[in-house]
Formats: sequence, structure tokens, C-alpha cells
Amino acid sequence: MTLHRSHVLVCSGSNCALHSSSFVKDRLTLEISQAGLGDEIRVLETGCFGLCAQGPIMVVYPEGIHYCKVGLEDIGEIVQEHLLKGRIVNRLLFKGTSDKNWMTKDDFDFYRKQERVVLRNAGVIDPENIEESLVRGGYAAFGKALSEMTPSQVIQEITDSGLQGRGGAGFPTGRKWQFTQEAAGDKKYVVCNADEGEPGTSKDRLILEGDPHTIIEGMLIAGYAIGATQGFVYIRGEYLLSIERLQKAINQAREFGLLGKGILGSDFEFDLEIRSGAGAYVCGEETALLNSIEGKRGEPRFKPPYPAVRGLWQKPTLINNVETLANIGPIIQNGSDWFRQIGTPECPGTKVFTLSGNICNSGLIEVPMGMTLREIIYDIGGGIPDGHQFKMAQTGGTSGGCISADLLDVPMDIPSLAKAGTALGSGALLVVDDRHCVVDLAKTFLRFFAHESCGQCTPCREGTTVLLRLMNKLASGKGDAQDITNLQRLSTTMQQASLCGLGQTAPLPILSALTFFADEFHAHLEGQGCPAGVCG
Amino acid sequence: MNTVKEIVAEHGHESSRLLEMLRCLQSPTNYLSEEAIVGVAKELNVPISHVYGVASFYSMYSTKPRGKYIIRFCESAPCHIEGAAEVLEAVQDQLQIAVNETTTDGKFSLELTSCLGVCGVAPAMMVNSTVYGNLTPEKAKKILAATE
Ligand SMILES: Cc1cc2nc3c(=O)[nH]c(=O)nc-3n(C[C@H](O)[C@H](O)[C@H](O)COP(=O)(O)O)c2cc1C
Ligand code: SF4
Ligand code: FES
Repeated sequence: MTLHRSHVLVCSGSNCALHSSSFVKDRLTLEISQAGLGDEIRVLETGCFGLCAQGPIMVVYPEGIHYCKVGLEDIGEIVQEHLLKGRIVNRLLFKGTSDKNWMTKDDFDFYRKQERVVLRNAGVIDPENIEESLVRGGYAAFGKALSEMTPSQVIQEITDSGLQGRGGAGFPTGRKWQFTQEAAGDKKYVVCNADEGEPGTSKDRLILEGDPHTIIEGMLIAGYAIGATQGFVYIRGEYLLSIERLQKAINQAREFGLLGKGILGSDFEFDLEIRSGAGAYVCGEETALLNSIEGKRGEPRFKPPYPAVRGLWQKPTLINNVETLANIGPIIQNGSDWFRQIGTPECPGTKVFTLSGNICNSGLIEVPMGMTLREIIYDIGGGIPDGHQFKMAQTGGTSGGCISADLLDVPMDIPSLAKAGTALGSGALLVVDDRHCVVDLAKTFLRFFAHESCGQCTPCREGTTVLLRLMNKLASGKGDAQDITNLQRLSTTMQQASLCGLGQTAPLPILSALTFFADEFHAHLEGQGCPAGVCG
Repeated sequence: MNTVKEIVAEHGHESSRLLEMLRCLQSPTNYLSEEAIVGVAKELNVPISHVYGVASFYSMYSTKPRGKYIIRFCESAPCHIEGAAEVLEAVQDQLQIAVNETTTDGKFSLELTSCLGVCGVAPAMMVNSTVYGNLTPEKAKKILAATE
């Protein structure tokens, strides 16, 4: 292996890729070789660093200098100044909220308050090279499970860790594994839910793109634990880069004898196949997802029976979210006690959040469960840009609740947010400043649900349409108090009578907005017009 | 172009892989013709209504002809608050079509989509398989003008 005096990492996650990061990388490689540095400096493509609003991001090691918004025209200067002469190019450093330039990870509040378990390899390794994953301990946890632990011990460790599903519902992962293990069936399946349709969420995409092997490893451990020989990863059809990266990773794992028959010389057999969606949010719902993998319309099934008992082709099936599976390797490797030291006693571990909206550092972060909303928005997210004021945050994506500034100190974990009347959900965090109108946003949410309702059951099919009509009426200033009462009554009916989680959670953003921003809704009634001047 | 027979055979005549088959069938023309749907049903030995039901359920498939380029414009909340509405207006203005319509020259179809998972660079849209972010009305118009 050649030793290089310096490594330059260029982010190739989806957000940076659409700032032409691959051209940046190609130009960099070219200029490095023209400068005669080809043998000394290695250029690598890696996964998301998290600071997506500042992309494309480039990090020069060994110093770890972060350059932001690197354009093709900046490459010459980086090569001539930094790589040849060792002089840092100040103008490309990140300017935080203070005047100080941020050079390395340690300078960034953005990174300092984070704790990376799931994202441990994102932005560190080349995701298209299995050897880089192996060097960083990839598949060691699977090796440990296979050679030193019985399936039941593996499940016990996951149960003890207190890990809860990261896909939205927060169901205890160990319990789900145990149900599937105990279910009778000649064949069982493991399914990774990478449908990620929740608006404002891109964590699963960036995990898959930054570290696909951690998902394969999580699924291998799950397969060993529950006794499955086949796994499926269901990825959104729009996520072309994720599909490509994961397929490469699967092929490499097969070459290395980590998938297929007789894995690592044992008699354990497991293989993976990617199935991709075709544009239907409801397919993220686990039973709709199963129908879709079977090649059918993605309509949710009636529960029970749960997938653990009767899932894919009526066989016991374990379904976990991408982020849930990315936690499995570290828990098996380091033990449940280690995991429980992170986060809160009721909700251990970390959570990956996707920050979007009116926030300085939009992008991807991972923090211990229980960090307050205020810390996330102001310390890590860098606050609200352009001197505007915080107005509202929506946690958990479009199906999550809207909360006001009164709740800025709420701990961001599953039980605390449920108590506050919202949900942690998939970890989307939309920040909205005072220029925006809650009624106008509510319209956006309802358009989404009316569009995505699969139409199978009446409360949701009719309910989403009627809610949207009522909200349009309110926004246009023609609504009255009765309309608000009707919104609330219909919402309650949908929560109680809808067949699946889509119809059950669609009212949450509306009801929470009505609770926290009642004045703003009433202002729209009384013919004063929209206080924010948005609705017309 | 592969025939229906070949595509179904490539997927091992496995009806669970219908979504993949439809994707392959659709890719050259951006839509699924009646012959394609009837053909797949025949090859798989399933009712035509089953194939049509699947094709009409998922928004990425179309049973009506569409343009050479499909614009999937994100209208989810994170893009919305970053000014997606103005950009969408500019796109409609430039192409002289409304949402779910195709330009008369058959070049562009405009559709709305939910979050594309690149909210860090909102507002965003996809044109066929390419994603564009940090859109402004001007930038979107330029992208479309440069799409050949
Ligand atoms: C409408 C709807 C959409 C959903 N979308 C997703 C999704 O995109 N990804 C996901 O992991 N879970 C999604 N879920 C939750 C899944 O049904 C399921 O609870 C989850 O995949 C289980 O994995 P976990 O226990 O690891 O969280 C969705 C649920 C509903 C009702
Ligand atoms: S609640 Fe909505 S999405 Fe779920 S099954 Fe009923 S109609 Fe379909
Ligand atoms: S909301 Fe538009 S890309 Fe996420």
C-alpha cells in the first residue's frame, strides 16, 4: 500500500453531489497530478459531513481543515497554496456565527456537540470500498455475534440496550426481534425500510450513501438472530445514488464471503436484494411496503396479524428502519451498557436529525437523545439566519406536530416529545421563522396528505380532502368558528378510525398548530387578513 | 429497445418483480402503453387489471404519454418555506404549462412530488434522474433552457 502524506476527502453525498462535487473531485485529482503531487496526495470521495448548506465540502488531512462551498475555480488555489505550500486558504473556511474562522472539526460547534454512533463512518471512509469499512471495524460485530453469541443472546443484548425503532413509531427493537424469532415459519425475512418519504427527512439516504456496509451488517446480525436467510432493502425509487452505492456494497460483501452460503466458514446463509419503490409515501408504512415488495399495489394491510407473525408472503418478517439497523453493529460490538450511557434512561442512544428550513446550518446531525430543541437549533444549527425570529418548529416531518417557542427547552427524545403533544418521528426538524404563516403551512401539510392517501379507507380518503378544503377556506379569510370546530372533530375521527398510520397521524400537525397558534387561526377568521401577510 | 417478453424474462417471470419490470418498460418513453401493460399481464399470466392497478397506484408510472423530460418539483414544507412557490410559477411560466401537463413539443412534463430528501439545499426539483437544489426562479429557468 502506498503511503500518502495527505488525504483530501470530498463529500459525495446527494446534497453535495448536486453542487457538482464530482466535478470538483475530478478537477482536484487532475490539478494534483499536474502539480506532480499524484504520489503524495490521495483524493477520496466520502459520505455526508452534515453541513449540507455549505456544500460542496472538502477536508484536507492530516490537519483536518474544512473548506466550504468549494467551486471549480477554487481548486487551483487549494492545490497551489495548501497542498504545495502548506498555507491555508482562509477565504474558503466556514464563517460561523462568530467572526472567527472555523478550520477543523474541533472549532465547529456544529460538530462539537454531536455524538456519532450511526454516522461514525460517514464523511470518514470511501463508501464504495469495503476495505475501508473493514479497517474501521466493519463486520466485526457480526463476526462476534456469529462466533461468540447464540441468537437469543444477540436478541437479549438488543433488548437490554433499550434501542427503540428510529423509523417513526419507536417500537422497542429487541421485542420485535424476539417476536419474529419466536414466530413459527419455515422461512423468515429481514426487511430494511429505506423508503424515507417523510418530508424533511434525508437521514436514511445519507446513511446509506455514507456507510452502506453498516446496514448490511445490521441485517446480517438480524438474520442470524431471528433465523432468516433472505433480506430485502426497500429503497425509494427517487434515491438513485443510494441504490447504486448499496448495490456495489452488496456485491463487495458477496465477494468477501459476507453474504451468500457458508458465511465466514459457518453454516449460516443469508443474502440481500434491493427492491425500489415507485413514488408512494404510504409504502413507508410497513405492511404497504410488504405488498409493494410482493409486486402489488402499496396499500396497507389490516393489523393484526403483525409482520412479525405474517409478513412477506405470509412468512414471519422483521422490518426495521435504516437508522435502527445502523445502531445494531455498535451495540453488539460495545455492549448494551455502553449504549445506555448515551441519551436518557427511558430513551437511550443517539438520534440523527435532518435540519431544514430557516436555520443557518441545515443538514444532518447526530446527537444524544434528550438534547433540548434550543441546543439543537442555536448551538448546532447556528440559529435563525438573517436576523429573523424563531416562530415554530415541526418535529417528525409533515406527520409530526408543530410547536412554538414556549417549548424550545423540550428534550428531543421519544417520550418527552410525545408528552409535549408532538412526535420525534423520523427525526425531521423543520425550523420556521416569523415571516411565515401557520395556516399557509397547514395547507401545505394537507395537500401532501390528500395527495398521498392511498384511498383504501374512508376516514382518511375523505378526511384528508375535507381538511384541505376547510384549511383553504380559512386561509382565504372566508372561514368561521364552526370551520375550526369541524377541523377538530374530523381530525379526532381520523385519528381513531383510519386504517393505517397515515390517516391516524395526518391530523397531528393540524391539531398541534391549532393548540399552539390558536390566535393566528382566529386572526384569519375575523377578516383581519393573514398576520404574516402570506395568505391572500 | 427490449421487448416485453425479454424484460419479463430478465426478471425471471417473477410477478413480485412487477415494479422493476414496469420501470424498465417505461424508461425509453416515460410512459406505459396499453400494449406494454397487456403484454406484461400475458407474460406473467396475471389479470390485466392487476398490472394496470399497480401501474396506476405509483406516481412514478404513467399510463398517459409524457414528455422526454419529467420535472418532479418538490412541494413539501421545507421547500415551500424556502420559496418553492415562486420557482414553480417561474417554471410554469417558462414552459407555458400547468402541473400535470406536457409541453406541446413533447419535451417537458411537469409534476409535483413530495420531499426529494435534499432539503438541505431546498427548494429542489428533479429533471429525469438529475436533482437540482438551491433553486431560484432564474436558476430554474436557466436549467430548463439548458436541458437538451
Ligand atoms: C405513512 C407511513 C409512512 C412511514 N414511512 C416510513 C419510512 O419511510 N421509513 C421507515 O423506516 N418507517 C416508516 N414508517 C414506519 C414503519 O411503518 C415502521 O414502523 C418502521 O419501518 C419500523 O422500523 P423501526 O422499528 O426500526 O422504526 C411509516 C409509517 C407510516 C404510517
Ligand atoms: S389511512 Fe389513508 S393511507 Fe392508510 S389505508 Fe387508509 S386511506 Fe390508505
Ligand atoms: S422538502 Fe423539498 S427536498 Fe425535502
